[in-house]
Amino acid sequence: MSVLSIEDLCVTYSTSTGDLRALRNVTLDVPRERIVGLVGESGCGKSTLINAILGLLAANGRIDHGRILFQGRNIAELSADELRAMRGPGIATVFQDPMGALNPVFRIGRQMINIQYRSKLSRAEKANRAAETLRSVRIPDAEAALKRYPHEFSGGMKQRIAIAMALMMKPAILIADEPTTALDATLEVATIELLQELQRDIGCSMLFISHHMGVIAELCDDVVVMYAGEVVESGTTRQVFLQPRHPYTRNLIRCDPARQHTRVRQLPTIPGDLPNLRSRPRGCIFAPRCEMRKEICEEPPPQDVSNGHMARCHLAVEH
Amino acid sequence: MKPILEVNAMNVTFKVGPPYRRQDLQAVAGISFDVRAGETFALVGESGSGKTTLARAINGLQRITSGEVIFEGKRIDGLGRSAMRPIRRHMSMMFQDPVGSLSPRMTVGDLVTEPFRIHRVEADLAAETQRLLALVGLPLEFASRYPHQLSGGQARRVGVARSIALNPRLIIADEPTAGLDVSVQGEVLNLLNDLRDRLGLAMIIITHNLHVVFHVADRMSVMYLGRFVESGSTQDIFDAPMHPYTAALLSASPEPRPDRKSARISLPAEVPSLLDRPNGCEFHTRCPWARARCAADAPTIEGTSRRVSCFYPLERGVLRATQEHAK
Amino acid sequence: MSEAVSKGAGPIRRILSEPLGVVGVVLVLVVVLGAVFADVLATVDPSSISPRDRFLPPSLAHPFGTDHLGRDLFSRVLHGSRIALAVALFATAASLSIGIVLGLIAGFGPRWLDALLILLFDSVKSFPTVMLALALVTLFGPSLTAVIVVVVLVNVPGYARIVRTQTLSMKDADFVAAAESMGAGFSRILRVHILPNAIGPLLILASMDIPVVIAIEAGMSFLGLGVRPPTPSWGAILNDGFTAIRDTSWIAVAGGLPIIVTTLGFTFLGETVRDVFDPRLKVR
Repeated sequence: MSVLSIEDLCVTYSTSTGDLRALRNVTLDVPRERIVGLVGESGCGKSTLINAILGLLAANGRIDHGRILFQGRNIAELSADELRAMRGPGIATVFQDPMGALNPVFRIGRQMINIQYRSKLSRAEKANRAAETLRSVRIPDAEAALKRYPHEFSGGMKQRIAIAMALMMKPAILIADEPTTALDATLEVATIELLQELQRDIGCSMLFISHHMGVIAELCDDVVVMYAGEVVESGTTRQVFLQPRHPYTRNLIRCDPARQHTRVRQLPTIPGDLPNLRSRPRGCIFAPRCEMRKEICEEPPPQDVSNGHMARCHLAVEH
Repeated sequence: MKPILEVNAMNVTFKVGPPYRRQDLQAVAGISFDVRAGETFALVGESGSGKTTLARAINGLQRITSGEVIFEGKRIDGLGRSAMRPIRRHMSMMFQDPVGSLSPRMTVGDLVTEPFRIHRVEADLAAETQRLLALVGLPLEFASRYPHQLSGGQARRVGVARSIALNPRLIIADEPTAGLDVSVQGEVLNLLNDLRDRLGLAMIIITHNLHVVFHVADRMSVMYLGRFVESGSTQDIFDAPMHPYTAALLSASPEPRPDRKSARISLPAEVPSLLDRPNGCEFHTRCPWARARCAADAPTIEGTSRRVSCFYPLERGVLRATQEHAK
Repeated sequence: MSEAVSKGAGPIRRILSEPLGVVGVVLVLVVVLGAVFADVLATVDPSSISPRDRFLPPSLAHPFGTDHLGRDLFSRVLHGSRIALAVALFATAASLSIGIVLGLIAGFGPRWLDALLILLFDSVKSFPTVMLALALVTLFGPSLTAVIVVVVLVNVPGYARIVRTQTLSMKDADFVAAAESMGAGFSRILRVHILPNAIGPLLILASMDIPVVIAIEAGMSFLGLGVRPPTPSWGAILNDGFTAIRDTSWIAVAGGLPIIVTTLGFTFLGETVRDVFDPRLKVR
């Protein structure tokens, strides 16, 4: 059974200038002990998706179709208390800015002990567990680190402390939203390796969100590609990266500067802009920017699946 | 050809901490380089390596502690605001945060023509707005928008338009692709490349993203803890990094190919604090090749066109060899 | 996602969509129109004394009655609103301008100047308003000018402090550095880049201050420290009413009611303005 499965989810924001459909028919699955990567550029709806999963949609947002199942339970049917109990021990989160998770005015140790408030351990035992967790994310001199304030750590260290705090709850699933984007190459790699290792040790699942294709390719088992609030392609990492079926995915991979091994004067780009989400086209959402566009693309595209590799495209490439 | 900008032995030191426990934080440590017209020079380093301070120091936004900055043959470090004004007309800056560097209550039209008003350049501002927006590929109707209505990529274009408004001779771009989507990064880099070729200006690009450097820079320097550890032509450095830190950076960047796990030089993630610099070679605490001497003596950056600050520089092909081996 | 939170309609429509805002707008409009059309609405001279008509209760001829000198209270109240609004607007405008200049200097100038100005603001702020008023009146005698000077002195520190805080928070912002990197001078940075961003909270504070200013004017005139007779002022009318409150109640009402209506109107309006422009401060 999947830890988290999202079925045909539609989310709409009502604004004074009309309804805005942020997510349309999003389906994705995070199976037990797997790392699923979510790739998408800004405006693809990933923040909305995370908020919907956590039950934290903005007041003007609503789920008007589909459901989100966490360990088989529909999140929409949970009470506020049940939701709170689910966040943390059930679903933990790590964001791009680690300071979102760390309170600048308290010492690390105090914060790490506080988040264990549900546990019946003694204070000393909680402190020990905190130190142990810090060691597991390779913070040197963990006992001393507990006595320090967040600002005394570098950006990479802060992110690892935030990861440590998220994983202390031994969550069933970790949602990591661009956790390495603010880090530079050597630290990014160190963080990915760490996440991979911790995920294996704890045995949790992970939904890893990034626009960095290289990181996704390296870390994830499965990949979901989103564009303008829709899942346009999903499959295993090897399927999606080695044999992309949707034109958008192919374009994304082509654009990654890391792909270019010889110096080029002109880097590839995807011309055009995101469509207006207030008036979505009836047909394929990517059609206006697609170089393969044909007449049929005015019609809603099918979800073409072959060997578990889905592409929402009339012209999905067969492999 | 004479360089447009020369930086000689620049140091920038901040005083930090409470008055009773003042500490010196050396953000830029003995940096020297030059940039010529029509050339793009890249500064690469991780966050906190002093890149941004260096950029601000060149422009005079940050006072330097020692050293010199020479722009078109004239020393400009230590000049006051009004003495800097004519110089800043020819040297423009692009800031890291594309939206944050645009005044929130000004329209795009006002923003791109601001240099004309600052320097009292007589011009048809409406026509200039049109020209500049076209140059960076933004439709004219953007002129009436406000920064918060722009996406990161659009705001970046406005920043570019503004920095080229008065045909400067040097542009300093701090993380020009930060916060941009992959597809947009390409657009911005293409734009910068194109403008440099068309306008023949010199460019300094400051970034932590090596892929950016690879495609736009002619020469580059790698910074570690505010110091250059390696400098040279981009192609040479990418072909055969000599400093272990450069090699680690190059090997670190993940590629979008699931089966290609390149041999990676793993570095311990503990970056030393600028307030507590390691003795000897400052990289020895993280260097996989460090030997006894590295902890004791400090290497200096040596060489002419290719300079490296390491007692035991990597030999050509070390990186390739480890990668081949791993396959 | 930025579209999730929409900005929506213009400020005026948003003010009018709040019930409190509508009440505020109506009350303020009543007062402002009364002041503007005072000569049309009240044909009787507010200062003409007529001993025969002393202490007349409200009637058709004298809607608010007359006072101890037989002056028409309706006319005095309407003309009094001119004084109240003039003081409020002029004093607030003056405090705003002085506050902005001092705040910019404190925020952007050298540290010693900042420290000095802050000390000055705090000293003025810690001085009780009535004491300040008494001191000034002792020096210059009671007058409209004295009222305005007191109000300006009392209000400037508040505005200056806001501008200073905003300036300090923006001093290191990227867009200010960007302007400087382009060669922008000191005054341009302040005028074009800092001030337009600092002005929002200032206007909110000013709209909240107008009722306070009106109350100060009324209070000072009540105490005989403000507008000199026979110029009509609500505070003075209230005082007249107080002296004669045993026999007549309408004089005190004629003086008190407009003060209440105006301060309430401006307070409601000010609070709505604040909620609309700065929803974070909203009291729920």
